[in-house]
Amino acid sequence: MIPKSKLTLAGGIIIDPVNKNQYQSDIYIEDGIIKKIGKNIKVKDAKIIAIKDKYIAPGFIDLHAHLREPGREDEETIKTGAYAALAGGFTKVCCMPNTEPPIDNEGVVKFILQESARAGYALVLPIGAATKGRRGEEISEIGNLVNAGIVAVSDDGNPISNPFVMRRVLEYSKIFNQLVISHCEVKTLSANGVMNEGIVSTRLGLRGIPDIAESAMVYEHILLADYTKSQLHVAHVSTKKSVEIIRWAKQQGIDITCETCPHYFSLTDEACSTFDTNYKVNPPLRTKTDVEAIKEALADGTIDALATDHAPHLASEKEVEFDLAPFGMIGLETAFSLGYEELVMKRYLDLIDYIAKLTVEPARILKLEPPLITIGKPANLVIFDTKIKWIYPKESIHSKSQNSPFIGKELKGKVLRVVMGEQLFEF
Amino acid sequence: MKFSQKHLLGIAELSKSDILTILDLTENFRQVLDRPIPIVPALRGKTIVNLFFEPSTRTATSFAIAAKRLSADSVSFAVKSSSVTKGETLLDTAKNIEAMKVGGVVIRSSYPGAAHFLAQRLDGFVVNAGDGAHEHPTQALSDVYTIKEHIRKFEGLKVLIVGDIAHSRVARSDILAFSKLGAKIAICGPPTLMPIGIEQTGCEIFYKLDHILTEVDVVQVLRLQLERQQAGLFPSIREYRSLYGLTKERLAKLKKPLTIMHPGPINWGVELDPEVSVSPHSVILEQVKNGVALRMAVLYLLAGRIDPSSMRPDSGGEIDTKE
Repeated sequence: MIPKSKLTLAGGIIIDPVNKNQYQSDIYIEDGIIKKIGKNIKVKDAKIIAIKDKYIAPGFIDLHAHLREPGREDEETIKTGAYAALAGGFTKVCCMPNTEPPIDNEGVVKFILQESARAGYALVLPIGAATKGRRGEEISEIGNLVNAGIVAVSDDGNPISNPFVMRRVLEYSKIFNQLVISHCEVKTLSANGVMNEGIVSTRLGLRGIPDIAESAMVYEHILLADYTKSQLHVAHVSTKKSVEIIRWAKQQGIDITCETCPHYFSLTDEACSTFDTNYKVNPPLRTKTDVEAIKEALADGTIDALATDHAPHLASEKEVEFDLAPFGMIGLETAFSLGYEELVMKRYLDLIDYIAKLTVEPARILKLEPPLITIGKPANLVIFDTKIKWIYPKESIHSKSQNSPFIGKELKGKVLRVVMGEQLFEF
Repeated sequence: MKFSQKHLLGIAELSKSDILTILDLTENFRQVLDRPIPIVPALRGKTIVNLFFEPSTRTATSFAIAAKRLSADSVSFAVKSSSVTKGETLLDTAKNIEAMKVGGVVIRSSYPGAAHFLAQRLDGFVVNAGDGAHEHPTQALSDVYTIKEHIRKFEGLKVLIVGDIAHSRVARSDILAFSKLGAKIAICGPPTLMPIGIEQTGCEIFYKLDHILTEVDVVQVLRLQLERQQAGLFPSIREYRSLYGLTKERLAKLKKPLTIMHPGPINWGVELDPEVSVSPHSVILEQVKNGVALRMAVLYLLAGRIDPSSMRPDSGGEIDTKE
């Protein structure tokens, strides 16, 4: 047999978030498979990448992204989104079903998986619509969607507001052991609001979305999940009240999980003061008190995982009055750095626990194999440097859209390389 | 003359000394308006565009008259209220205005931040003539000027604002302007029309009118948007009037004089009884009259700063959209 691809990652520090361990070691990868882990690995003809003082971790998993294809390929495609994911260290990315058409039939699921395979970047894991057309009325064909390859169901930004329907979705999903992801928002309370309701919205004259619009539904859906003994995952937790409800539920032994996103611990509603629409997201940026509660909840495990809620939009859609702009910011390429700065550098989490929020925890929630770095397994690795400070440049954004409020800001810690099987990506 | 601003976007951006500068200059222009030929050549050759995306009679007219009294060319940029739905964005409009190289823009929009949006993208000055429920700085400045003329002092002055505070840009700008000058502010209205957190601006909240009305020197009565009833924010006009209307019966009970303001247009018989307007304590028409002089002062301060030769010669109608 012809000797094939040989790669040695030399001198890095391996983060093993499964066993909560870190150690310095070389990794030798042949034909995309990890062959050796140990000190001073010498293999003839192997390409050597010296990564002294840099870290190697399992590829990150994003529970929540919007890749826009099919339907809004002008904003993002599976290919560009999957590449942006890699640039952020994510080797798996779950895509939400708010596409056009929505992911409520096998055809769209297969299309996404096929585009993902064709691109060969981060593996895209589709999330199916919980109800037909994401209308919150009739349960979608969850069985067929599961067969086609979805990893969870959700109606995404159209929360299932009818508790009867939500109950049936939770119950029915049990047949397939499927996770139900809920964007919790009582729409009648958010009442066309565009930012967090509080002194800042009052000052700016912008319509507010109260924190209770989120937490009231968090509570309702937790009660339904407990009643039906099903698997609920609360998306993008943004408020202190939601955190308190989830903490209470977990203390009661209710089996639920949740995520938050970097902007909910990096930014507050004060950021909206210049009317910059890149700060317009849903749920909205909250107050300092909420930010603190989110960080505490990540530290004590109330919040299980980090997700990006990567939501690409065109400049032309965003460069309008605040009221008229769509919600959302891109986040795949900045998530790791923002979390590193806010959570690790500010000592809410140590590096291993932080990496767990991006790897072990999402894997557990999605019931994927634990992300171990072991001999015999295909390489699925991210290499990052925690010492680098870098300015996030608009020109080198890999996503097709550039709606990030972090452009031009200094970020700390950077993903440098991703190894997926035989492929090596450098950023 | 101390004035540090390039634009007038809101009272929030102004210092006390900025406000006093504007008020002093307003005084001068009030005298101009009393002349037989009330016109000065101060802004000859300057072009000011009025960009009103929302119907407005008095504010638009007031700005147009103010510009003419300063010998500026005042032009209305015809915008249909539906232009947004037709695909013309504020960005398009901004680019068009920039291409025409005007001195400044006066904008009225139903969207908070519209004036800020233009200010970030135009070389010329921008005056906010009302942006949604955010700010209406020239109204508030006219209000403080009117009170300055009438009462002369702000220290110790108690001002009450009554009505739909939540949706009112006038209330927000008035609270800021009167507070910056040292007055105390009380606000009164149903909790359904109170914005969350407003007490953090330092004003006191009242849900009932009668008692607080006896405690204040000035009352600003806000217009009630009648469609708020359909939105479920109050049950009926009848009940609103009985709770919050400045009725002649209510005024008759007062022991001391009360200066009455209203930013207009008025729903007679709802928030204000017609008899009240002819009371010697009403300064409602003064507010309108002072509004012209005040807007002259604002345009003068902003347009006077603009040197046409300082405009970028090579901009070619393209504006820098980077922030």
